[in-house]
Amino acid sequence: MAERFAINRLPGFTTIAVLAFLALYIPIITLVFFSFNAGKTVMGWDGFSLQWYAVAWGNVAVQEAAWRSVVIAFWATLIATTVATMAALGTTRRRPFRGQTAVYVAINQPLMVPEIVTAVALLIVFAWVKVQSGYQGLGYLILAHAAFCIPFAYLPIRARLEGMDLSLETAAADLYATPWQTFRRVTLPLLAPGIVAGAMLAFITSLDDVVITEFVKSAGQDTLPTYMLGQLRRGVTPEVNAISTALLGLTVVILTAFFLLTRERR
Amino acid sequence: MSPAEDAVRQRSDRNGWLLVTPALVVLALAAILPLLVMLVYSFLAPGDFGNVEWEFSTDGWTSILFQRDIFDGTLSLADAHLTIFWRSLWLSTVTTLLAFVIGFPTAWFIATRPVQQRPIWLFLVTLPFWTNLLIRTFAILEVIRSEGLINSALMGLGVIEEPIQMLYTDGAVLVGMAYVYLPLMVLPLYAAIDRFDMRMLEAAYDLYASRWQALRRIVLPIVKPGIVAGSILVFVPSLGAYVTPRVLGGGKNMMIGNFIELQFGQGRNWPLGAALSMTLLIIVTIALLFYVRAANRPRADHG
Repeated sequence: MAERFAINRLPGFTTIAVLAFLALYIPIITLVFFSFNAGKTVMGWDGFSLQWYAVAWGNVAVQEAAWRSVVIAFWATLIATTVATMAALGTTRRRPFRGQTAVYVAINQPLMVPEIVTAVALLIVFAWVKVQSGYQGLGYLILAHAAFCIPFAYLPIRARLEGMDLSLETAAADLYATPWQTFRRVTLPLLAPGIVAGAMLAFITSLDDVVITEFVKSAGQDTLPTYMLGQLRRGVTPEVNAISTALLGLTVVILTAFFLLTRERR
Repeated sequence: MSPAEDAVRQRSDRNGWLLVTPALVVLALAAILPLLVMLVYSFLAPGDFGNVEWEFSTDGWTSILFQRDIFDGTLSLADAHLTIFWRSLWLSTVTTLLAFVIGFPTAWFIATRPVQQRPIWLFLVTLPFWTNLLIRTFAILEVIRSEGLINSALMGLGVIEEPIQMLYTDGAVLVGMAYVYLPLMVLPLYAAIDRFDMRMLEAAYDLYASRWQALRRIVLPIVKPGIVAGSILVFVPSLGAYVTPRVLGGGKNMMIGNFIELQFGQGRNWPLGAALSMTLLIIVTIALLFYVRAANRPRADHG
């Protein structure tokens, strides 16, 4: 045979794979590219310019939506990561307690139920609560975000815990550390990369949410994604492209950090 | 078990429950109990200006499939609703197939790279997955709309005179969903192919199997759990898709998700919306149970 027979090569697979990677990135690159366009039309290149970033930055509605997104993501991440860390400690490295499977199902529920279903259910409940309590603030959005961020925070923390060596904690206990001291001085520092990784995923998940936010928000509570969805009636403006690119950049930074963080233990 | 061990076990169980309680409280308040409330709402009567009247009614459920004639009160099949269900099922199925046809070679490609290169390829697949769904849908919009990348390129090359209308068609929704959910197909497929022992392929070739035979008879049966996982992961969000059909399908090419939203907006029929959501939830649960069964079943095909 003239050609070397590669065992794991299947005809056409490499071509399709390369096309798939191109297909994944070309639309995103197009969007980023045209956010730097000087022209008003999205198509047709009129030279490099940051004017659409300036326009977006100067838009009060965008500023408010961006700030609201960050506030919601911050609190949702804080709540989700805290309860997910406790839940991970409660469900790993011990004999499974009765009902643990049901707990897993509950924690992963937000991954399984379609977002639109949760969104509508929350709309129904919060519409009632809003009337009864008179409270209209960001609390509803923070609570809703915290709930669907829990599995994203929980999974990396649990993975970290399961890969952790028990012997250091045993050693601490042997040296008369109280359980709290052992946790504070040994377990928590070892677990920290997992917690940070979980918090990052939770933060991105909250920041990106459209559907649940769209249904739960009260009037005047747009986040960046719902603001962008609302702008769509006017077609895709270069301003929306600029906001998208900024959000995209933030996601890439956080994700890169996440990968470096979770890879280092190997 | 001695009484002492029993006590230790009980304390351990109690600690476990105490630690998971805060998470369960948040989930109960904002993810689980609302579903039960929605079930109740699906059995109430619609209010005139949205919301509900507190009286028992099964109209929400019957109007999923049937419509009542205003004059003589007879029931007939609601064709408009059936069209939406059919479109949702059809688009989700084709999306899943399309994602598989593209995703399988992609996963295979990654799994056959040198070990130290694989994390980079995986990162390239994962990055779009974590990128805002709305932004990725906008990106597709940029490519397919009338003044978009494809039409501009084709017109620039003189292939076409007028832009092709791709936006606001079922095809646009299909391409959009396959695009946004492709990583969900690639990742579980990669995990399955990565565990596949390439020496089996070698054995197949030694026994004069063609590439196609080896793929169909050896590779596909063994990586089947990955195929099932990837298909469910793509099918479930496709069926419940809301953003992609809204942005790329426009008002005309609705899927179930948009139809549900309509009942809480202009439709002013919350019980129907609640019943539709419950229906969607039931379909998704069946799909997930099917997946759990398929994933846990020991492989019987190569006894």
